[in-house]
Amino acid sequence: MREFSYARARDVDAAVSLVADNPGARYLGGGTNLVDLMKLGIERPELLVDVTGLPLDEVVDDGGRLRIGALVRNSDLAAHPLVRERYPVLSQAVLNGASGQLRNVATTGGNLVQRTRCGYFTDPTMPCNKRMPGSGCPAIEGEHHNLAILGASDHCVATHPSDLAVALSALDARVGVQDLAGPHELPLEDLYRPVGDRPDLELTVRDGALLTGVSLPPLPAGTRTGYRKVRERASYAFAIGAVAAVLVVADGMVSDVRIALGAVASHPWRARIAERELRGGPATAEAFEAAAVAELDAARPLRDNAYKVPLTRDLVVAVLTELAR
Amino acid sequence: MTRTWQAAPSVGHPLTRVEGLDKVTGRARYAADIALPGLVYGWVVPATIPRGRVIGIDVAATLAMPGVLAVLHPHNAPRLADIGEGTLALFQNDRVAHRGAPVALVIADTPERAREAAERTAVDYLPEPHDADFRPDHPGLYTPDHVNPNNATTTDKGDVDAAIAGAAVVVDREYRTPAQHNNAMEPHSATAVWADDRVTLYTSTQYAYTVAQSLTRLFGLAPGTMRVVSEHIGGGFGNKGAPARPDAALAVMAATLVGRPVRVTLTRPQLYPLTGYRTPTAQRVRLGADEDGRLVALEHRAASQTSRLVEFTEQTAIYSRAMYAADNLRTSHRVVALDVPTPRWMRAPGEAPGSFGLESAMDELAEACGVDPVELRLRNDTQAEPASGLPFSSRRLAECLREGARRFGWAGRDPRPAGRRDGRWWRGTGMAGAHYPARTAPTTAHVTALRSGDYVVRVAATDLGTGARTALTQLAADALEVPVTTVRVLIGDSDFGPAHGAGGSMGTASWGWPVVTACHDLAHRLASGEPLPPEGLTSTFDSTDAVGARRDLSRYAFGAHFAEVAVDVSTGEVRVPRLTGVYAVGRVVNPLTARSQLLGGMTMGLSCALLEESMMDARFGGFVNHNLADYHVATNADVGELDVAFVDDPDDELNPSGVKGLGEIGIVGVPAAIANAVWHATGVRQRELPIGPARAITSGQ
Amino acid sequence: MVRNAMTGPELSSTVRLMLNGAPQELTVDNRTTLLDLLRDRLDHTGTKKGCDHGQCGACTVLIDGRRANSCLLLAVAVDGREVTTVEGLEDDEPHPMQAAFLAHDAFQCGYCTPGQICSAIGMLDELAEGWPSAVTAGPVHLDDAEIRERMSGNLCRCAAYPNIVAAIREVAGGD
Repeated sequence: MREFSYARARDVDAAVSLVADNPGARYLGGGTNLVDLMKLGIERPELLVDVTGLPLDEVVDDGGRLRIGALVRNSDLAAHPLVRERYPVLSQAVLNGASGQLRNVATTGGNLVQRTRCGYFTDPTMPCNKRMPGSGCPAIEGEHHNLAILGASDHCVATHPSDLAVALSALDARVGVQDLAGPHELPLEDLYRPVGDRPDLELTVRDGALLTGVSLPPLPAGTRTGYRKVRERASYAFAIGAVAAVLVVADGMVSDVRIALGAVASHPWRARIAERELRGGPATAEAFEAAAVAELDAARPLRDNAYKVPLTRDLVVAVLTELAR
Repeated sequence: MTRTWQAAPSVGHPLTRVEGLDKVTGRARYAADIALPGLVYGWVVPATIPRGRVIGIDVAATLAMPGVLAVLHPHNAPRLADIGEGTLALFQNDRVAHRGAPVALVIADTPERAREAAERTAVDYLPEPHDADFRPDHPGLYTPDHVNPNNATTTDKGDVDAAIAGAAVVVDREYRTPAQHNNAMEPHSATAVWADDRVTLYTSTQYAYTVAQSLTRLFGLAPGTMRVVSEHIGGGFGNKGAPARPDAALAVMAATLVGRPVRVTLTRPQLYPLTGYRTPTAQRVRLGADEDGRLVALEHRAASQTSRLVEFTEQTAIYSRAMYAADNLRTSHRVVALDVPTPRWMRAPGEAPGSFGLESAMDELAEACGVDPVELRLRNDTQAEPASGLPFSSRRLAECLREGARRFGWAGRDPRPAGRRDGRWWRGTGMAGAHYPARTAPTTAHVTALRSGDYVVRVAATDLGTGARTALTQLAADALEVPVTTVRVLIGDSDFGPAHGAGGSMGTASWGWPVVTACHDLAHRLASGEPLPPEGLTSTFDSTDAVGARRDLSRYAFGAHFAEVAVDVSTGEVRVPRLTGVYAVGRVVNPLTARSQLLGGMTMGLSCALLEESMMDARFGGFVNHNLADYHVATNADVGELDVAFVDDPDDELNPSGVKGLGEIGIVGVPAAIANAVWHATGVRQRELPIGPARAITSGQ
Repeated sequence: MVRNAMTGPELSSTVRLMLNGAPQELTVDNRTTLLDLLRDRLDHTGTKKGCDHGQCGACTVLIDGRRANSCLLLAVAVDGREVTTVEGLEDDEPHPMQAAFLAHDAFQCGYCTPGQICSAIGMLDELAEGWPSAVTAGPVHLDDAEIRERMSGNLCRCAAYPNIVAAIREVAGGD
């Protein structure tokens, strides 16, 4: 780990002014991903700006929208009564991630911008286009059994490891951001850049922007939500397949559905094609399967991760079937 | 409900660990916990190529970094003796034998500074073409002179080919097991301190005495110069066996160079290339049987890999030499040297992967013959070791099979696969036999009677969590006929004299022999009125001659494993709600710690069945998933109900304590039992480990 | 607003914290993790380093009563906090969780044990607060599945898991 200086931010403006325009600066939240990557030599900040003292650690009802501060710890988020009552999928997703210890420290904002677990990215002695643009992607021909099947490119097949973000995606979350231009909001989906030929550029927001929080629209009455994660170990492991779903069924017909897939792409994958197929149609296992198949038509699996296509398909069917019951 | 000390006789009582309070309070000091004045830190600079030469190291730049005291590298490292151990010939030339091999060691005043300086040390390489790709048809496979530790490479009895040609039923299958890493919770660490012309090495090793001896030879030291202290060991499972691992030699080298105490602790990723792992294996098992499932022929062939530094051949096929009767029996091994890290022991080397091959094939034979898998094994039981013809000192496999079937509720099992759907789960059951050799090695122990009425036992044993310290306390107390509270057992110090290490499930058997004998001698001397001098009265026993005088018998522990699995019908997730293990392991000194060891073995077997795989990227010659997030070992939620039981197994042909050892048998056969249960649940044979969702779902389509 | 901001890059900082009830103040390299601070500077070696990356739980301590991986916390970032390690659990007598681990043989090598014990204590507090888990969303009944899930952030390669579950169950008063 390289030497760095450390500062505690007094307020959001001060934090942003320290980190924006300083490519060597990073925000320090819970640090569960950043410190990990610093030890590996993947992140080499010259300045850490500790934002954990900022007043971004509350969950509040704002006229029906739920506002979650970026510094709300994963444990507090999952246990929050409003989250459990209104968005059980979010609580479930968080609780399926990491461990009790990590959830006590990791923050909401940090979770969204955590880096991939790809073994080539996390080893600085290996080539990696995400870490060293132009050095190549050894994963495509190498160890990729848990890498992307959707939206990847010839330059990178990394996946986003978050559970929380998958649920937020299905909930149509918006992300609050502050940079030198001031605060603004954008849909969570727009936070992540497509992989393309620059996998090193992961986010659409400006360098040095601070995530300040996320907000969720209310769900209509009768909405059911669910999260299911498949991992190689029964707990304390990253997903090899994950589905967050929001479903409203009326008279056996799907009146609203939102589906997000985890562990398949460089960001939470919103299954828009499947949603379109399902909306207004029958809420049956056959329809769910047809929709999942349609979504996964775009899958481009690699040598050792083709299993994820049927796994994800069957997971979508299982989750929606359960919710429609 | 805290258990208290039991009065003698202690053997057979579930005493809590004698060092248990130190462990639960954090007072127990492991190798990296020893506080020393002036301590500095060494950090490994690992090779980033799999094969070639180091042509330059920018030592000057590293020396200029903050806090750096020295850099060890081929041009300043002490010349080492050739002790036939390539992994310890550190910095003796400019060759890179595998990715991750140490090319330099940076020594600095704080760990943070040592780490940064090591990471920033610039090394130039001249890479050479390499081959790190193990495959069963590798042209470089050859037949070694022996297999680990010193077993015959090949055995051949009768005419296997003719018998198989004439057999009513034949099973001929290939099985694969992946590379696996021991991943003890405590990373390897060594701290070397010179004082009064002696060097003391605080290190985490299962073999304190052996390591002291080999390092003495490696560094050309006068006998008695090296002392190895290994009081508490944070797990090993073979990974901290003999020979010494590189951290030990590096610490001695560095302390010699800088004249201060030096600690070298490996990072978790550094353990993967530097400390050993279980080789991948490719096995072919051919069984020929009559229509009732009685074997007429058994062939077990195994291939594995080794490094360029050392020839280590996993004894995979030896499992088939001692398990089931077959008049025609052939076992053989081949190995290929690749540009890879050196494989070593991992819990039941040989038996663990080999039992996956044979016990899986037996299940396929049971299916082919329409014979119950337990009954099939009973029909092929024997009282003479099949390969050698030697009689067993005791063999209670049948008792284990029957008792296991009873406890598990095996009777009435519908043998047909894929017939039990329970909601989202397919359910199934499977089983396998198990054995592990019961060996004993020469050791010296001392017992001292003090005027205080207490007794001190000294033996260079080690306790890596086995409960050895506790078991030896109980054995000594009973031999002295005194309460265990009066006996203190000191271990983990090479100065206590020659002793076998904690390996091969031989610890308690080997150490217990001289401990018990010396205690008997001391008790006799005291009883006969020998005066007790101020420094105490000491009896010493060296078991070398006694061990060598034993009858030529085949000595094994036996066991049987039963597994229930549930396989998710859509995702292929495999759960193991229930495992039963029944064992014949000689005398059980401490049923509490014995059960714990077997729980641990069974769980590691479960973990190997479902989770564990070290993924080598042959293009780079390194393990990609070299951390505990991506290399999965079983965690609490993976483990369901575990049932451990023993059958009575008296055996007078073993050693004075009557123990067979039980550190390893718990893992043997468990992956096969689970794979067989997955077949029973789903109808899909699993001939390759691990059986993750990826494999279960693709093979289940 | 910022410590050191006026004097250029300061690569070390002064940290004050309460360790097992005793105040500590020392200057640390900013890179120093809480784990290394405990072990290398304060000779509190009960807390163990298994992976140094938050992947094993051996370094678990309680920060203001909550369990956390001390290997991923920078010492400078826990300035002003209360840290409880395995050494701080005893109060003349071993903590009931320590006694239960001993009685149930809930460890073998003992290396993950301090982390397991701190984690178990923190976990029972989380349970008392009614926190949900991946096993149970609603009111929690502390059965074995619940303990296993909530303790899965602590690897034990010796696999004393069934005994760990039994020890925790005893302390929690279940069964």
